[in-house]
Amino acid sequence: MQEMMVKRAVELLENGTVDRVLGWTTGEFAYDMTPAVFRSADDLKNGFVYNDFCAANLSKYLIKECVAGGKILVFLKPCDTYSFNQLIAEHRIKREMIYVIGIACEGKADIDKLKDMGIDGITGITAKDGVYTVATIYGDATVKATDAMAERCLSCKSKKHMAYDELIGEDGDVVADCGRFDMVEKLEAMTPDERYEFWRGELSRCIRCNACRNVCPACSCEKCIFDNPGSGVSQKAAVNSFEENMFHIIRAFHVAGRCTDCGECTRVCPQNIPLHLLNRKFIKDINAFWGEYQAGENPDAKPPLGRYEKGDREPGEFGGVQA
Amino acid sequence: MQRIGVFVCHCGTNIAATVDVKAVVEALSHEPGVVFATDYQYMCSESGQTLMREAIREHKLGGVVVCSCSPRMHEATFRKAAAKEGLNPYMVEIANIREQVSWIHKDIKEGTEKAIILGRAAIAKVHLNQPLQAGESPVTKRALVIGGGIAGIQTALDIAEAGFEVDIVEKEPTIGGKMAQIDKTFPTLDCAACILTPKMVDVAQHEKIKIFSYSEIESVKGFVGNFRVAIRRKARYVDEDKCTGCGICTEKCPQKKVPNEFNMGFDTRRAVYIPFAQAVPKVATIDANYCTMLKTGKCGVCAKFCGVGAIDYKQQDQIVEREYGAIVAATGFNPLKPTQYDELGYATCADVVTSLELERLMNAAGPTAGTLLRPSDKKHPHTIVFVQCVGSRCDAENEKGKPYCSKICCMYTAKHAMLIRDKYPDTEVYVFYIDVRTPGKNFDEFYRRAVEQYGVHYIKGQVGKVVEENGTLKVQASDLLSGEQLHIDADLVVLATAVEPDKSARGIATMLTASMDTNDFFTEAHAKLRPVESPTAGIFLSGVCQGPKDIPETVSQASAAAAKVIGLLAKDKLTCNPCVAQSDELLCNGCSSCERVCPYGAITYSDKEFRGPNRTTLIRRVASVNPAVCQGCGACTVACPSGAMDLKGFSNRQIMAEVDAICKM
Repeated sequence: MQEMMVKRAVELLENGTVDRVLGWTTGEFAYDMTPAVFRSADDLKNGFVYNDFCAANLSKYLIKECVAGGKILVFLKPCDTYSFNQLIAEHRIKREMIYVIGIACEGKADIDKLKDMGIDGITGITAKDGVYTVATIYGDATVKATDAMAERCLSCKSKKHMAYDELIGEDGDVVADCGRFDMVEKLEAMTPDERYEFWRGELSRCIRCNACRNVCPACSCEKCIFDNPGSGVSQKAAVNSFEENMFHIIRAFHVAGRCTDCGECTRVCPQNIPLHLLNRKFIKDINAFWGEYQAGENPDAKPPLGRYEKGDREPGEFGGVQA
Repeated sequence: MQRIGVFVCHCGTNIAATVDVKAVVEALSHEPGVVFATDYQYMCSESGQTLMREAIREHKLGGVVVCSCSPRMHEATFRKAAAKEGLNPYMVEIANIREQVSWIHKDIKEGTEKAIILGRAAIAKVHLNQPLQAGESPVTKRALVIGGGIAGIQTALDIAEAGFEVDIVEKEPTIGGKMAQIDKTFPTLDCAACILTPKMVDVAQHEKIKIFSYSEIESVKGFVGNFRVAIRRKARYVDEDKCTGCGICTEKCPQKKVPNEFNMGFDTRRAVYIPFAQAVPKVATIDANYCTMLKTGKCGVCAKFCGVGAIDYKQQDQIVEREYGAIVAATGFNPLKPTQYDELGYATCADVVTSLELERLMNAAGPTAGTLLRPSDKKHPHTIVFVQCVGSRCDAENEKGKPYCSKICCMYTAKHAMLIRDKYPDTEVYVFYIDVRTPGKNFDEFYRRAVEQYGVHYIKGQVGKVVEENGTLKVQASDLLSGEQLHIDADLVVLATAVEPDKSARGIATMLTASMDTNDFFTEAHAKLRPVESPTAGIFLSGVCQGPKDIPETVSQASAAAAKVIGLLAKDKLTCNPCVAQSDELLCNGCSSCERVCPYGAITYSDKEFRGPNRTTLIRRVASVNPAVCQGCGACTVACPSGAMDLKGFSNRQIMAEVDAICKM
């Protein structure tokens, strides 16, 4: 796969279709794959990596690349193409500046799960027939892929690319019954007190590192309201740590109807807070109140929360659905 | 910090009976920035205003809080008073302690506490108020009237008479609307055509009026004073300028089997036609659905006979762009088609007709030349049953009908009954009604004449079933007053069907960004005080498109709408509401969220150059608000994820300050 991607990228660079390539390279650790821009065939051959640790959604990085000009080749997994479309819809990136190669994805490994299994000293990963072979300095370890896969991949909503110029590998299908709302339903079934305790337990761990915001493709404001003293919410005194982390609830409101459920927020959270559950609650409610809607499926779709229609439902028409 | 004055109004006992105004003054006088606080019996009175003006002068007030009635009531009054002292009117805030406090609370302690809280919130807001200046925009001195029925005709004539240009856009080949189809009018029984057609001629001859017949609205852009409208002139395959309306083409056209919609399908017309003798403009139209030439390319008879060469089979739809200062919706109505009421037999029995169909059957220019003959066998009917409220006044759950009263049916049914009894004394006429509603000048007298002088049988009750048996309509009905079931053998049954807004109205409302109710009637800006204006600035309402009404009411409303239009067009400049949205371009990320939620189309995006780091230039897509179009609804400020959009006079910071003041105990 990696060789095919590099080969094609080199071709497109050399025939002048693009002038740089957005992909992944090895970061501080072998499992820490980080987005990178490659400008030459040599760069690509030496640095470009694609394996089952390459979880990062590259769509958001296109915002900066588009500002810089030129033409960019980007590799997008199916779930990344939803973010890509959403950014197109919000005019944050320019379609004509981007050449998209869709790449098939069978789900990415969750490093924390692997470490919890006692696998240390990781130097690489390969996947075949549902089994991860993890290379370590102590020798290879094999694990069942579904045991070590990220939660968002286990409830993957789509293996189908929503946008691409060409594909490497086969395009898959939308997964109709992915079960991604199961946990939301469990939360809905709780009493308000239980739910409050659940979220207090989770959100109180937040250290406000802002990783979730910085990685989120929907959080692409020129200046975040939390960084803007004029917004009136940046320096509010908080009574306790939970109240301070109303940040996450405000953020969930800001991305409501625009969040494609890519799951990057939860992936990058150093405190392992399941932030995606907040977004999934919104997605589930939007589906229930306005009919099925998947942000990023179609860049020309009219988002239910972001449009005006005479027949819009009024507050109070929804009945007593509790968050 | 602002120097703020607080003025607490007693409103007689309206406020003072449930709010301890002295305590409010005392509490608010200690709020930060408050340098003067007082109470007065009627702040809105001349002496109350003088008191406020003196205080502004003496204490050099920079902000004013009036604790009184709703800002809808007297905000303008107090702002004007402040402006007279040189204070920017937008430095005045109202704390509504009447509608929101004294009228809804009984306990004086509770009321006083809430009044103080609301006062504090207003003070917190005034601290952040900025002086605002209202902008101006020019006015295009031409009006557009959509719909050429009696409502549109009257509005157009009145506006034109005041010296302004008016365009009428009518989707049918002729103006005249529903009134042109009506036989006689209640309560005077004068002939509709006799009073309508002279007005149609006036329209045609008026130098200030231009008729776009057989045309539809394609798109509407712009805002009050500056609308840009695209009009689709549908191809009529006849050159309007050449056609003299001589009618030779309609005589010679071999396609004779086209149902005549003007006569409600009771007879036929040709494929090339003039809807009726007095049509305006008197120009032929080729019906492309039936014309053999247009369908098969073989015929051309009309072109051969046309003396002036007006026939043009190659004509295409044309889009005309025009500019207007004001737009009047006069889209009118259609009677509901009662095919869904199986029990009333409209779909199955030829002799069950609607009231508008009866108008044509009784009209001298109709298919029977005015002799009432029933459609099935062209015989004279002897027993005639009228059914009221067909499709009107239905339950909300009953999807088969409309919840509202159609208002005109009681009167026109009385008219029909009376006319039939007058012309054919050998008839028996029954009217089944839920209630007979006759408010209006000379209306009840008219209805009583039908009952008392003409012996029309009015029966309170509904018709349950109409079935045809050997040419007779078996009518089964209940008489609610006697509690009996009635069986009537009728020759003709007439259904007074509900008034339904024209189907085109919904699309037009969307283009105009004018709001509609659930029944597709246009909503007025205020049900009582602004009945001919839409909440969207520059859009006015005329006739039944706003709600069911009869001809005199329609004409009154049409003239009222014209008066409002004239008032607008007479101005050279419009003052805009300064409390509009504003985009902070440095924060805007160009996502279009605001543009999509804006009900008024006030937001546009453009690429602008910005200074980047290291003396570079960045091009960014940013939103800007047209202050003349923005109505200050605030939808964009909520939609904007970056907080770049803010509403002047109601900024996020001002609102948060109010909330903080209310929460701070």
